[in-house]
Amino acid sequence: MIKPVGQLALREFHAFEAAGERFLYLVPSAGIFRIDAASSAILDLLSYGPRAPGEVVNSLSDRYSADRVHDGLLELRQIRAIGEAGAPVEQVANDLPPDGFPLTTMVLNVTNKCNLACTYCYEYGEDKIVDTTCTDDPKFMGDETARESVEFLLKESGPIEVAHLTFFGGETLLNFPVLQDTVAYARRRAEEVGKRLEFSLTTNATLLRPDIIEWLADNEIGVTVSIDGPKEMQDRMRVFHSGKGSYETVKPRIKELLRRHKSRPIGARVTLTRENLDIHRIYQHLTEEMGFWEVGFAPVTTSSGRDYEIEDEGYDRMLRQFGELAHDWLEHAVENRHHGFSNVKDTLEEIHKGVSKAYPCGAGLGLMGVTTGGDVSLCHRFAYSNDHSFGTVAEGIDRERQKDFLEDHHIKNKTDCHTCWARPICSGGCYHEAHTRHGETTAPNLHFCTWVRTWTHTCLEIYGELSERNPEYLAHFDH
Amino acid sequence: MKHLKPINQKAGRIEAQMAREEMDVVGLESRPEGPHIPLGCSLVFAPGWEVDSTGGTAGLCQPVERDLFDCHLACFWPAHVPDQLNHSPDWTSQCASAQKDWRKLDLVFP
Repeated sequence: MIKPVGQLALREFHAFEAAGERFLYLVPSAGIFRIDAASSAILDLLSYGPRAPGEVVNSLSDRYSADRVHDGLLELRQIRAIGEAGAPVEQVANDLPPDGFPLTTMVLNVTNKCNLACTYCYEYGEDKIVDTTCTDDPKFMGDETARESVEFLLKESGPIEVAHLTFFGGETLLNFPVLQDTVAYARRRAEEVGKRLEFSLTTNATLLRPDIIEWLADNEIGVTVSIDGPKEMQDRMRVFHSGKGSYETVKPRIKELLRRHKSRPIGARVTLTRENLDIHRIYQHLTEEMGFWEVGFAPVTTSSGRDYEIEDEGYDRMLRQFGELAHDWLEHAVENRHHGFSNVKDTLEEIHKGVSKAYPCGAGLGLMGVTTGGDVSLCHRFAYSNDHSFGTVAEGIDRERQKDFLEDHHIKNKTDCHTCWARPICSGGCYHEAHTRHGETTAPNLHFCTWVRTWTHTCLEIYGELSERNPEYLAHFDH
Repeated sequence: MKHLKPINQKAGRIEAQMAREEMDVVGLESRPEGPHIPLGCSLVFAPGWEVDSTGGTAGLCQPVERDLFDCHLACFWPAHVPDQLNHSPDWTSQCASAQKDWRKLDLVFP
């Protein structure tokens, strides 16, 4: 029951148009409603300032009946697009996630060695958090630590039936024997405790031998290949220690992987830099010429001033191309055809579900990294950093430390974000990006705000248009 | 909802929540313009549902002296207290404070 009020005013939402219709993205609920012309007229009127319901009715009386306007006001109040003027803004709930929140994804750093020396690497490059050549951590994870990690995941996943185990490095395949042993062990143990584990790994593809490919396919291991594009782009940054480019090495191996491994879709993950921003060319090469099922792009994580850092005009160029690819994706989706631009798919899934995040990602909550020595870390990018450690696989998660982390990183503390309509999806952005750019994980990534809002707006338009032109397609995002 | 169409899953949940709210016991939540009902007075007699006119329960078990004046002065309800408005305008004239002067309240015979 909604009580009568004095004056009504707009509350927080982001309006967008698609396919000739007007939509509201509500903040912070993240619900999306299509609104009709009368509701739209009410919002336009209230955008000039608070009005009493009677004034709204009078102002719109030439177009809409009093009953129609009252109906519209009521519905808009119910979804909280408008509300009583001067009423205190409802604050985001300060609740922390419940104690013992289950771990659903564990990223196992099976080695901290790599056979490539990519210029921009966050693990070994100029912006590394820890120099692993100077720590006591083993270069390779041993069987025993890997098995302990599996037990850790099975225990910490609590009541969750399907958990994810991702292998990471360094170059993951440098420690192939441990991968084989771990997957076999994990499958057996998961079955014993009545769970299912899904496996995936990230690789630079230089070490993909036929027997490894065979094993990946037989074991349904999801594979993500780090690759930057065609030869001239790949060889600019993704080089061996000698400085030699890696394209000619990886190309035949990737082709063989894609030919043989059909049990899971295989994706490419591209790092964008100042010099590597021809997204259309990269996308076309990796899908049409290489045959990847999907391609995801991420701008390089770097502190300010590196010569591969993307500058403002670079972000504009990136956004423009992202928008164009997103519209390609839309035209495919309207005809129920596959399109491999995974960035748009990932954002649309969050939009469809209406996620409203207190934390930018699952790191430190449902996802954690494990070092070669068995230390548990915030995520794989913070492996080996004592400041971001959450216990060990042998002793379990340090719940006190986790709780402190969750207290400190809650969106309620990111006051800069409190007036931003994109916060349900962004929530301040990647901890690692913040740490590299601003020196602390608690900082919101303010250097990305324009980019995040523009991209989210584009994705909302795509979503709205898809909901009009092929609403059945949205069921793809239901799972 | 007639004029707004929920598009994503969250909007669907918001709509479902609104439908549930519409089916709530609105009688206890609404405060229509109407007669004054003293605090401490319940008009709902179903066991377990006794609440005062604001929906609260905190003031329901108070000594009679506590809400005597409220019942005497303004209540519309035919109570077991002489009403000032029509029949007993001077009943409390000697009683400035019910807690102290309650002995000065006399019986009233209609």
